Amino acid sequence: MIRFLIRRIGQSLVLLVLVSMIGFALLHLTPGGPLSQFALTPGMSAATLAQISHAMGLDRPLPIQYLDWAGHLLRGDWGRSYRDQQPVLDIIVSHLWATLELMGSSSLLAIIFGTWVGVLGAIRRYSIADYLATIGAMIGLSIPTFWFGLVMIYIFSVWLGWLPSGDMYASGHASFIDYLRHLILPCLVLTLVTIATWSRYMRASMLDVISQDYIRTARAKGLRRRAVLVRHALRNALLPMITIAGLQLPTLLGGALVTETVFTWPGMGRLFLDSIGYRDYPVVMGLLMFSALLVLIGNLIADLLYSIADPRIRLS
Amino acid sequence: MSDVLTVTDLAVRFTGEGGIVDAVEGVSFALKERETLAIVGESSSGKSVTALALMRLLGGPPNCVVRGQVTLRRQDGERLELLSLPEARMASIRGRDIGMIFQEPMTSLNPVQRVGAQIAEGLHAHERLSARAASDRAVSLLGHVGIPEPALRARAYPHQLSGGMRQRAMIAMALACRPRVLIADEPTTALDVTIQAQILELIRALQKETGMSVIFITHNLGVVAEVADRVLVMYAGQVVEDAPVATLLGRPLMPYSAGLIASVPRLDDVRRRGGRLAAIPGNVPDPRARPAGCTFHPRCAHARPDPCEAARPALEAAAPDHAVRCARWREIAA
Ligand SMILES: Nc1ncnc2c1ncn2[C@@H]1O[C@H](COP(=O)(O)OP(=O)(O)OP(=O)(O)O)[C@@H](O)[C@H]1O
Ligand SMILES: [Mg+2]
Repeated sequence: MIRFLIRRIGQSLVLLVLVSMIGFALLHLTPGGPLSQFALTPGMSAATLAQISHAMGLDRPLPIQYLDWAGHLLRGDWGRSYRDQQPVLDIIVSHLWATLELMGSSSLLAIIFGTWVGVLGAIRRYSIADYLATIGAMIGLSIPTFWFGLVMIYIFSVWLGWLPSGDMYASGHASFIDYLRHLILPCLVLTLVTIATWSRYMRASMLDVISQDYIRTARAKGLRRRAVLVRHALRNALLPMITIAGLQLPTLLGGALVTETVFTWPGMGRLFLDSIGYRDYPVVMGLLMFSALLVLIGNLIADLLYSIADPRIRLS
Repeated sequence: MSDVLTVTDLAVRFTGEGGIVDAVEGVSFALKERETLAIVGESSSGKSVTALALMRLLGGPPNCVVRGQVTLRRQDGERLELLSLPEARMASIRGRDIGMIFQEPMTSLNPVQRVGAQIAEGLHAHERLSARAASDRAVSLLGHVGIPEPALRARAYPHQLSGGMRQRAMIAMALACRPRVLIADEPTTALDVTIQAQILELIRALQKETGMSVIFITHNLGVVAEVADRVLVMYAGQVVEDAPVATLLGRPLMPYSAGLIASVPRLDDVRRRGGRLAAIPGNVPDPRARPAGCTFHPRCAHARPDPCEAARPALEAAAPDHAVRCARWREIAA
């Protein structure tokens, strides 16, 4: 167990280093650096630009810049935003919760309803409900999240006028109810997209389990249908879903980022887009590292949970 | 002795992508009190499907249609028509009146539930008792089927037990509520020979102790000779011979039964004849395209075009307790 943890943490660190290198290189090789915004300022001379570039350390070779950035990071210094000189870590943390709230609420709903839809599809295979769920999942998986979000805004905000189209709070009154009203649409969009995936996996897993010998044994003991389904079938069918939840984390995070952008939800996604626009290298790199860390930790937790839930698994 | 279970004209038809499969056709037999009835036959002759149909453990319509009558006589004399009971009522019969064990002890236990809990769960389904009492009973049942340190094993997960232990645990589970009928579908096939003998001995001892009746499915005639009182030979979904064990093994009437017996390897035969087995030529017919007439005639040395290919022979009584499905049994016996 301890050995497993040490090995996994080691692997994760290697991955983080790779991600940071690739991210850093891609970012710096993208045309238009942080100085491009000054370039159009009237009266800005090439000499001044070079001076600013030198002051920011951007004229050094890329590997040196990377090592400088990484060295600071290792000492816990995430750098400061080019835009407003705020510490990167503070900026990210202030946006982190909004993203986690969106991801958390939608995953919870998606897991509950997706499990239900998947189980129903498996035990009433080829029924009308199963076909409807299959078609629904196909639609959910094939339409782009941002387009889906725009349609929802059009229907519920523009047309019906029931819900706000963006942001987290209406300016002026910041009540919990108001927060929930703002959460509904982005959460709904992300939930529906996630349910589509989750229910498909759940259905497949459940179909696999209900044809197993031990389900027949459970029925042969005289257990009622419901007891067989819940205590034997569902319990076993949920096991692989723990791993799938871990593997789906990047997709979920990506979906959350897109959704945030559409609904101007003040989370990491919007921060990411804004920072890219400004070529705010320290913030973009910080976000990249943070997302990678989030995914790695999520997967580690999934593996630990799996080993707790399945007695056959020994972590080593 | 009276019949505990009577099966009349049982038929099972599967409808799937591959077409229609009549896995079982017109199977009738009676199981007497304290009797061990062996069902033998080659692979895919319909033995397991027959057993699962009795327990109503096959998937329902439209893919699987079961017809016929299965009558269970309970302890108090009540007669139940199993195939027409509501599902919830049938669930209360399974495990309580009829217990069942399966071939694969490896996959027949829930991998993520402790063995003791799986037994206790069966007790809970049928008897009103506390969790404490149920788990105590589970431990004593495990001890009863010969598992050493039962309290420790009750807390184990299936993968922590050996194959023989798991099959013992399965038996403890099936017999937890003292059913009057035990259906054992090839319970020893997946085990090695010494363990096989122990499991057979255990089933026999428990039968003597509880007075239950046993339906024992196997294709091992050596096992049949050891455990059975009566034998039902199945071929291509039908019963082809039904006789007391001594009669069947000594003087079989149906050429298929005789072929099965002749194909059992015997040590002295192997020595004398260099190990050549008298196997039945040919293969079991595809259930979707069974031959007209007697389903066995393409493989039968005694087959004649006239009676054998003309019509499906009926199961007829050759003696009061001996039935055979063969148009030429009189001539062959003579
Ligand atoms: N669920 C099913 N759907 C379709 N056909 C089935 C199904 N279950 C069994 N069959 C068919 O029914 C026939 C009888 O199968 P069964 O399992 O009863 O054979 P068996 O006598 O128990 O053989 P074995 O000795 O191999 O266990 C086979 O041809 C099999 O292919
Ligand atoms: Mg079988």
